Amino acid sequence: MAKRDRLSGNEAVAIALRQINPDVFPAFPITPSTEIPQYFASFVANGQVDTEFIPVESEHSSMSAAIGASSAGARSLTATSSCGLAYMWEELYIAASNRLPLALALVNRALSGPININCDHSDSMGARDAGWIQMYAENNQEAYDNMVQAYRISEHKDVRLPIMICQDGFITSHAVENIELLEDEEVKNFVGEYAPENYLLNPECPMAVGPYSITDYYMEAKRNQAEGMKHAVQVVKDVAKEFAALSGREYGLFEEYRLDDAETAVVMIGSVAGTTKDAIDKLRDQGEKVGLLKIRLYRPFPAEEIAKALSHVKAVAIMDRAEGYSNQGGPLGADVMAALYRARSQALAVNYVYGLGGRDVRVEDMEGVFATLKQIAADGDAGEMYRYLGVRE
Amino acid sequence: MSNLTEIRWHGRGGQGAKTAALLLADVAFQTGKYVQGFPEYGPERMGAPITAYNRISDTVIRAHSNIYDPQYVVVVDESLLEAVDVTSGLKKDGAILVNTQRSKEEIIPHLKGYEGKVYIIDAHKVSMATMGKYFPNTPMLAAIVKVAGIMEKDRFLKEMEASFKHKFAGKPEVIEGNMKALEMAFEEVQ
Repeated sequence: MAKRDRLSGNEAVAIALRQINPDVFPAFPITPSTEIPQYFASFVANGQVDTEFIPVESEHSSMSAAIGASSAGARSLTATSSCGLAYMWEELYIAASNRLPLALALVNRALSGPININCDHSDSMGARDAGWIQMYAENNQEAYDNMVQAYRISEHKDVRLPIMICQDGFITSHAVENIELLEDEEVKNFVGEYAPENYLLNPECPMAVGPYSITDYYMEAKRNQAEGMKHAVQVVKDVAKEFAALSGREYGLFEEYRLDDAETAVVMIGSVAGTTKDAIDKLRDQGEKVGLLKIRLYRPFPAEEIAKALSHVKAVAIMDRAEGYSNQGGPLGADVMAALYRARSQALAVNYVYGLGGRDVRVEDMEGVFATLKQIAADGDAGEMYRYLGVRE
Repeated sequence: MSNLTEIRWHGRGGQGAKTAALLLADVAFQTGKYVQGFPEYGPERMGAPITAYNRISDTVIRAHSNIYDPQYVVVVDESLLEAVDVTSGLKKDGAILVNTQRSKEEIIPHLKGYEGKVYIIDAHKVSMATMGKYFPNTPMLAAIVKVAGIMEKDRFLKEMEASFKHKFAGKPEVIEGNMKALEMAFEEVQ
């Protein structure tokens, strides 16, 4: 039933969207996400979907239009990258706080400046506190599979939050790789029809969306929003289970690769996880007990589960493809270290900033990280906890 | 990993090196292989040096880094021999394929002592003879498929015809020229 194909990450996400056939897709182009609305526009022109495709004049407007459509009761989404996401900042919070289950296909790219079109995670990491569910992919297959699962998570009655499906700009978005696609009917049935309980265009139940909230109510609204985020963890697991039954591909909150008996481990997000797996296999052949924890769900952050998966590890390197300017490392480093502290972990942890603006990471680079971790474990001392990988100094 | 073939393309923006790498991934996929085809962009402008890459393997490809020690290098634009270190990391038991109107003997001194095999093709001649315009990527694609032994000529041409029919659905008149370019390049590479 599954169809073997070879597609770029952008094409794969566009095909998932064709199979989902959403109601409204407003878009404004920006590299490297442009191909997603570009492919989708051809599906609209060819009559393969009946989506209302709205070319707008900016990302501020594309997210605003997606919010308007979602408020009205439509299944909506948009796509963007980098500065485009930054220009949506205000709307990101509005989508989340209005509990609108819309989707954003994000193709991760560095923020300016200096101007750079290549991959890092500074765009979505900056939006990590906006109230969106965030999922990341290692390759085109995961980007496709995450997109197929997106609405099932975001529209779930216990969640009702927008969802950001992220993949690495150029590295996966523009790389043609093998992929297995589901049949159109299978995706259609899996995603199902969207039947919102409350929506603006319902004459039976007039409502306001996004009105002013006085101090007496604002905090309860935010607390409710946090509750939705809390529920998302279980919903992500449940949807993944159903997806596995359909596709044979299993997903969790994160992936553990040869982590069971690992003495040292790396925690990371995105495409370099694949490169790291090659490094791990090489080192395992030499008898080194090394492993990987690859984050799939970053918001909400599965802190307890991550700490548990790392509980036996002597030393861990947390890899951030974004600088946090906290003078302490990056956002993933802060989250994982907090998780380890809460779990009273004894693991020695260091935080690397790597891959900014598309800086390439080789198998050898990751072997170097594991060599450093081995030394840290032997010394019983993490040394400098805030490090850079692959930078000229 | 021994079955892994890694190819690096050097071209200039606008010559279609990226498209050729993606088409190569396409045809290799048709032979049942695991494939990767991806570009590395510098400044986005016509004429700037660009690099594109292919990995072709019997097993799943997970690495997402660029390619530093390729088995094959394809030079789509001869002027890059001076501008870029095209033989960097190129394996001795591999090969380099250069688009040139010069002879092999004239090209070898520009390859910084590369000891492996050297192949040349005049993609300009092939392109002008078959398409009437200079599109070096189509002949270079056929040439590397032959040099690297990706697949047999007949099967390659059949797969490419299907691929072109899809790619050029809006302008079918260019398919014949492209097919002729592939066929001629297969014979012209030396």
